[in-house]
Amino acid sequence: MSLNLVIVGAGPAGLAAAWSASQSKANVTLIDQYDQAGGQIWRGGTHAAPKRYQHLFAQQTELRYLNKTHVIGANADHLFLATPNGPQQLAFDRVILANGARELFLPFPGWTLPKVLGVGGLQALVKGGLPIAGKNVVVAGSGPLLVAVASQLKQRGAIVKAVVEQAPLGQLLRFGRSLAGYPSKIGQAAQSIAMLRNTPFYPNTWVVAAEGAGAVQQVRLSNHHSIECDYLACSWSLIANTELAQQLGCKLEHSFVLVDRGQQTSVNHIYAAGELTGIGGEDKAIVEGQIAGFAATGNYQAASQLAHKQAQARQFSQQLATSFALRPELRQLAQANTLVCRCEDVTFEQLQNQPSWRSAKLQTRCGMGVCQGRVCSSATQYLFGWGQDSVRFPIHPVSVADLVMESV
Amino acid sequence: MKQIHISINGTRYQVAEHSNLAAVLMTNAIANRRSVSGEPRMAVCGMGSCGECRVTINQQAHQLACLQQCSEGMEVQCEP
Repeated sequence: MSLNLVIVGAGPAGLAAAWSASQSKANVTLIDQYDQAGGQIWRGGTHAAPKRYQHLFAQQTELRYLNKTHVIGANADHLFLATPNGPQQLAFDRVILANGARELFLPFPGWTLPKVLGVGGLQALVKGGLPIAGKNVVVAGSGPLLVAVASQLKQRGAIVKAVVEQAPLGQLLRFGRSLAGYPSKIGQAAQSIAMLRNTPFYPNTWVVAAEGAGAVQQVRLSNHHSIECDYLACSWSLIANTELAQQLGCKLEHSFVLVDRGQQTSVNHIYAAGELTGIGGEDKAIVEGQIAGFAATGNYQAASQLAHKQAQARQFSQQLATSFALRPELRQLAQANTLVCRCEDVTFEQLQNQPSWRSAKLQTRCGMGVCQGRVCSSATQYLFGWGQDSVRFPIHPVSVADLVMESV
Repeated sequence: MKQIHISINGTRYQVAEHSNLAAVLMTNAIANRRSVSGEPRMAVCGMGSCGECRVTINQQAHQLACLQQCSEGMEVQCEP
């Protein structure tokens, strides 16, 4: 009987894992919450992906793709799924977690106004048909994603009024010089920068408030500039979606899933790849995905041949983390009446005297809404140093009907 | 691109087939929901984690618009 391998997430890491695994005789099931594979980077299908991944779905392989499916929990040998056709239990021998990262949103006055959204969020909606040509956009926060997305938006005709980066210029220059070690990144960076040559870029600067009636109309910056805009795209960092890994018992280190050289987590037969193990983008996701796919199917020699690339990708990831570390001033952005938990509308003032995440949840309902703390737990971790104490089933909101079926 | 029709809060809209529903709502400046304290809200993360874009689709409550492609005849209801 062949091995049942389940891969969670069909972005670059998951697809790379599926490709490597398909070189062996494993039964591969690939799960994703979207209709089409590709994840955030190759969004909306695999046509943006390298050819070998496009072929994955065309060949007569053992690959089964469960789309529009959320993993809502797990035990030692089953994943619990919410699929469009109802709940399902899926037995596994091995799992590769490749369910990526989300953006970190820090609260500031006006951040809950309509049309203030994530940088990746705006990118996703534009790819999904949001007309951006002729619209005034401010892109703010931190990280290489700002420049990458700003240049894509400009290419589609957006008027990018400013790119606002909180990291100091010296740090950015050091990061720029370090790119010399990563030829593929230099090309990408050069393209984006060329696209943005007439766009104001403010390093060492951050958004202090978004203002407007009904939707954002103006953004105020720490350098005392005010900019009128139709959209504010804002993201401070990326955070790994570790909830499922935690439910499976995998150890974390600094909020990322801890893995060995074969991408195996602290739990036997559970592997992790891509942003889950450290933010590093497409190249890291692909090489880690490939290694996880090989290692999980016993193809250790093929996995070990990628060790050099893996080490390089991890080094780049470390460089990113240090270059774009968040400055302490950002903790002061929220005012007393600024909402921190946007599901339950809990203000900064209601939270600042709480001793812990648990107490905040019990006393104020912070983190008890639809996002289940996905937005505010990371924000409060940064603002108050709180940590989440446990991850409970179901890890994704699910209908009662699905839950009832799950327990019979 | 093939055009299709969906209904949002009872009004008919012509949209490109496979458009992302959260993108359609934002294009038309339609708030997906009202927050606990009455603020209008629209999509934020665009990738299925924040839940701000939730709407009722074909009578099914709490569907995330950012994970939905528009399809012919889709009936979307936002929180009033």
